[in-house]
Amino acid sequence: MRGPLDSPQGAWPLPNLKRSLTEPRSLNSTLLSGLAWACAVIASVPLLSVLYMLLVRGGSRLSLELFTELPPAGFEEGGGFGNAIVGTFVTVGIGALISIPFGIIAAVFLAELGPDSKLAAWARFCAKTLTGLPSILAGVFAYALVVLTTGTYSAPAGGVALALLMLPTVVLTSEEAMKMVTQKMKDAAYGLGCTRTQVIVKVVLPTAMPGILTGVMLAIARAAGETAPLLFTALFSNYWLVEDGEVHLMAPIASLSVLIYNFSGMPFENQIELAWAASLVLVMFVLIFNIISRAFGQSKV
Amino acid sequence: MKMFEAAQSSESVSGPPSRIDYVVDRTFRGLAKLGAWMILAIVAALVLEVGRKAVPAITEYHLGFLTSTTWDANKDQFGILPEIWGTLYSSLLALIIGGFFGVIMAIFLTQDFLPPRLASIFRTIVELLAAIPSVVYGLWGIFVVIPAIRPVADWLHETLGWLPFFGTTLSGPGMLPAALVLAIMVLPTIAAVSQDALRLVPFRIKEAAYGLGATRWEAILKVMLPTASTGIFGALVLGFGRALGETMALAMLVGNSNQISLSLFAPANTLAALLALNFPEAGETEVKVLMYAALVLMLITLAVNVAGTAIMTMTTQQWVKRK
Repeated sequence: MRGPLDSPQGAWPLPNLKRSLTEPRSLNSTLLSGLAWACAVIASVPLLSVLYMLLVRGGSRLSLELFTELPPAGFEEGGGFGNAIVGTFVTVGIGALISIPFGIIAAVFLAELGPDSKLAAWARFCAKTLTGLPSILAGVFAYALVVLTTGTYSAPAGGVALALLMLPTVVLTSEEAMKMVTQKMKDAAYGLGCTRTQVIVKVVLPTAMPGILTGVMLAIARAAGETAPLLFTALFSNYWLVEDGEVHLMAPIASLSVLIYNFSGMPFENQIELAWAASLVLVMFVLIFNIISRAFGQSKV
Repeated sequence: MKMFEAAQSSESVSGPPSRIDYVVDRTFRGLAKLGAWMILAIVAALVLEVGRKAVPAITEYHLGFLTSTTWDANKDQFGILPEIWGTLYSSLLALIIGGFFGVIMAIFLTQDFLPPRLASIFRTIVELLAAIPSVVYGLWGIFVVIPAIRPVADWLHETLGWLPFFGTTLSGPGMLPAALVLAIMVLPTIAAVSQDALRLVPFRIKEAAYGLGATRWEAILKVMLPTASTGIFGALVLGFGRALGETMALAMLVGNSNQISLSLFAPANTLAALLALNFPEAGETEVKVLMYAALVLMLITLAVNVAGTAIMTMTTQQWVKRK
């Protein structure tokens, strides 16, 4: 007697499940995988090349003098860019002072007070659109708003331009961070009789702080590298911000990025070396802020 | 009522919010709402302020400004057709190169090609590419990219010079080095947004393809990419928007020449570079004209970015709903 399950062995041969490399379909797949690897490696070449050039050409010029001296004129040897470092800190600082408090409080509304309201939807859309705003237009706006009004190129004008670029990053990342706070914690606070403000200030903001700081650090890193918005708002200066005990806040101010731009087009070897060294310092600064932001991001609850 | 009175009269630490708490709460919530309104106001102010400053130039030069090709401050003749052409041409070239690499990078990072540790290295590389300031890319372009591509460009011009793309020699700055550097700068945007789009595709769709016996690339090309195509299209649009507005690398590499040419090796100019180069030393008439150019750039990028953001919002909602 043969059961219904005992099928004759030879009638249904087992299919060959091994994939042979010469079969067109799998060959295709292997070739495309190779292509993908090649593309990924090629895409990493520019980064490695940039870093290599920065270390070799910028690193060879690195010295203490760079941080304490003023930029050299035409045929001068030596010199540094101490004033540009100060200038970058001042303009980015002004930008941060404007955009961070403003951005966080707007994010509070988007995440906590009216997340589903029409206003929030529009504000979110505007913030996303601002993310794609060409940085030069932030400069044009600050020029029209501040430079034409005050009649002078200045650090605050540069700061306003940078604030405009930092704002969307701060708003959108803070909103995300606040949304991550679990409802349970908020409910517990409401249950104890907190007002909404108390819940936000004492529970939501502290819990979301690592995420918010990630956004803030990223915004600062981006702003520090921006050149276009500073070109005709902060302009450039060959002098210190504080000279003879006077703070020249309402006067053109130097910055690392504009210095790199100005010096890159000069026919003097000394200036070009300085441009590379300034690039190295600027990239270090940007990368450090990126790494800090990552550290905050990883310590999320 | 009794309960609240009891709470207030006893020495207990608990109690209803005081009047001050109410005031603080109202003010804080009002401020937050004001903050959200301010974001709208800023975008409105941006468009209105630049538009208002551009009005004198618009009434003087009308739409002829967009189609004229001369830029001569001494004769008061201004036109930005070469710049519009240069902006679109360079962005398109960058989009083709950067889009190709960006999408492949996104596939590479999301479709289980790599062990997690190696994947995170490549992911970091892409993120670092985005972190490097554009002025540093410009400097790198001048001293590394231009010398590196010059032999290739000369060879292409000699052998394929009859093609309009290779019609001129590369004499330093030009369209190709600018587009290459621009491609590197839009790659991270495209890779990041495409990764998000690919991750949104439910896992079971890919499982189903594998279950039917598809090879890895059949699953990717015939299932994953078509399913994520709207999102990837959105990524390309956003990348294009980024390329249109990029300033510094172009101002340093494109050559700032007021001409329209198909040649990859000819110098050209873009709207953003025009603003960057002319604004710092502009006189009163020139500022007006530059404001007009800024308005044109703003409208182009705004349209592209709004389209990109809308596509992305649509795809996200599509998957969230289906899930």
